[in-house]
Amino acid sequence: MNRLLPLIQNETLKIWKKKRFFVIVLVLLTLIPIFTYAQLRITETNKKNFKDWRNQLVQQISEYQNTLSSDRIPDEWKRSRQIAVQQLQYYLDHDVNPNSPDGVTFTRIFLSNAVTLFFPLLVLALASDLVSGERTSGTIKMLLTRPVRRWKILFSKLVALSLYVSLTVVVSAVLCYLISGALLGYNGWGMPVFTGFFINGSSVESGLVHAIPQWLYLLMEAGLIWVSAMTVALLALMVSVLVRSTAGSIVTMMAAVISGTILSSMASSWHSAKFIFSVNLQLTDYLAGSPPPITGMSLGFSLVILACWGIISLVVSFSVFTRQDILN
Amino acid sequence: MQYERQEAGQSAHQDVVLFVRNIKKQISGKTIINDITFEVRAGEIFGFLGPNGAGKTTTIRMLVDLIKPSSGEILICGEDIGRHPEAALRHVGCIVENPEAYSYLTGWENLEHFARMQRGIDNARIREVAAIVGLDARIHDKVRTYSLGMRQRLGIAQALLGQPKLLILDEPTNGLDPKGIKELREFVRMLADQGMSLFISSHLLSEIQMMCDRVAIISRGKVLAVGTVDELIHGADNYVVWQFEQPEAGRRLLAGEGDVELVLEHEHRIDESLLAGMKEALITAMNPDRISALVEKAVRAGIGIVSVHSIAPTLEQLFLRMTEGESIE
Repeated sequence: MNRLLPLIQNETLKIWKKKRFFVIVLVLLTLIPIFTYAQLRITETNKKNFKDWRNQLVQQISEYQNTLSSDRIPDEWKRSRQIAVQQLQYYLDHDVNPNSPDGVTFTRIFLSNAVTLFFPLLVLALASDLVSGERTSGTIKMLLTRPVRRWKILFSKLVALSLYVSLTVVVSAVLCYLISGALLGYNGWGMPVFTGFFINGSSVESGLVHAIPQWLYLLMEAGLIWVSAMTVALLALMVSVLVRSTAGSIVTMMAAVISGTILSSMASSWHSAKFIFSVNLQLTDYLAGSPPPITGMSLGFSLVILACWGIISLVVSFSVFTRQDILN
Repeated sequence: MQYERQEAGQSAHQDVVLFVRNIKKQISGKTIINDITFEVRAGEIFGFLGPNGAGKTTTIRMLVDLIKPSSGEILICGEDIGRHPEAALRHVGCIVENPEAYSYLTGWENLEHFARMQRGIDNARIREVAAIVGLDARIHDKVRTYSLGMRQRLGIAQALLGQPKLLILDEPTNGLDPKGIKELREFVRMLADQGMSLFISSHLLSEIQMMCDRVAIISRGKVLAVGTVDELIHGADNYVVWQFEQPEAGRRLLAGEGDVELVLEHEHRIDESLLAGMKEALITAMNPDRISALVEKAVRAGIGIVSVHSIAPTLEQLFLRMTEGESIE
């Protein structure tokens, strides 16, 4: 371990000096104010139209119910609307505003929306050139001719990557709270949020539903986001080992992630699609009780699938990296 | 404990720092390296010659564990590179192809980075190697701002960090101006005088000739010859170039001598630039000791002599003779 620490220091330093993390912070600093402003406008409009959030919720429920009676709406949509109606009703019955305009709620919603595309994108900015970048610049020849075993080098890269992925999740949440709080208020930590909705076909079983304070919900959400971000990071590391050019490695991973998002919205009848990693990234939906993209998926299922993808990526990365000939 | 083991390994191979035996390499069915064997002794400068595509870089990559040989054995200070790469690479500093460095780091940060990958290199040593290569003034600048020559120095500084017993330089004169090449030559000699072994590859034979104690000549993945520069030159043709005031009479005179062989225009292997401006030069293969006797004979016969050049054989000639008839693929 003593020999590994300096190597981890090297890799951490290189990512830092490449200014990758600054780019991520910059992106966050640009996007969050925009979304916060949008949220602020929505809140203002709602305030104008509805004296009470309860009225707004009632109207939303009745709107959803209207669409349910239409024939032109596909069954998938109907089912998700039915579930949403039942959930909204639950919030209404328990007198809790699910969209309370405050910094913590905004952070919770922003993070859960970011998990399928935004976080993978940030992770790719960190991970895609970890190995392929060293190949492109030729520095891999210096790196691998030092008296250090190859697995140690890849392992130190992996540790540095994990550190930055974790930091990205934390910094996103913190920045989101700080920026949105300035406009929406810094409260909302203790607000109850319902979780534990168990979806059975098109109805919601509320037997297990319980309220948890929003700070706890946020913490659980961040944990799940970390899991899906780490899966993307491990895959990106593998692609970075396998694909020689950094551009190629970014494009490959982006295609995989985006195709998963598209598949989630259209593959409900193609059941084996649920084994694709990118369909399983939206872990936070299980917490909120939204219907999964493909029936039969559950939090446990998705975690197992993501773990499998992660382990396979690690095995491939290490076995290829430690054996491959460096020819270019 | 480790020290003892190392000692034992060394005594088995006397003062051989790099030992390469029968290495072969196939890449996707094609044989790139076909049986290479040589050894580099302590404190010598060993040249590794061959035309482009002969397998120099592939061989060097195998020496430093970037590529695994298909078969054969490579020992560095008695340690097998395939079985104990950590132990073997501890004795090696190398630059494979271009000197690479992280351009977003400063020279100092680059050296620090590589220092962390080995035991027992402190800041004093980093300062020392920066001074050895004469980079101390710019060491805290970003590598992005360095010239090619400075990157080369940084690469050498990096290679010297761990006080290696063997320094491997792949085409070190590439991209250097004549002054830089001269400095490099002096630098290499200085390192060898301190007891370090150097392994230098090149396709520019004249440079190797001026730099190296012993050379291996390779072509198409095979070693053609290994030996000291003098030994290898000994077998090469010795040319003497004559210019007469009356070329025809001169030609007849030389043709009459039994031990002088006239060489036709397209058969000699003298650098064209040496013959530039020498009108109607007669090229002969002969023993240079006979020059004065022949001059006397020509003068007596009334044939005016413009010039006589004895051309020392170069490794170029030698190399061309050894690789004769080989087409470039």
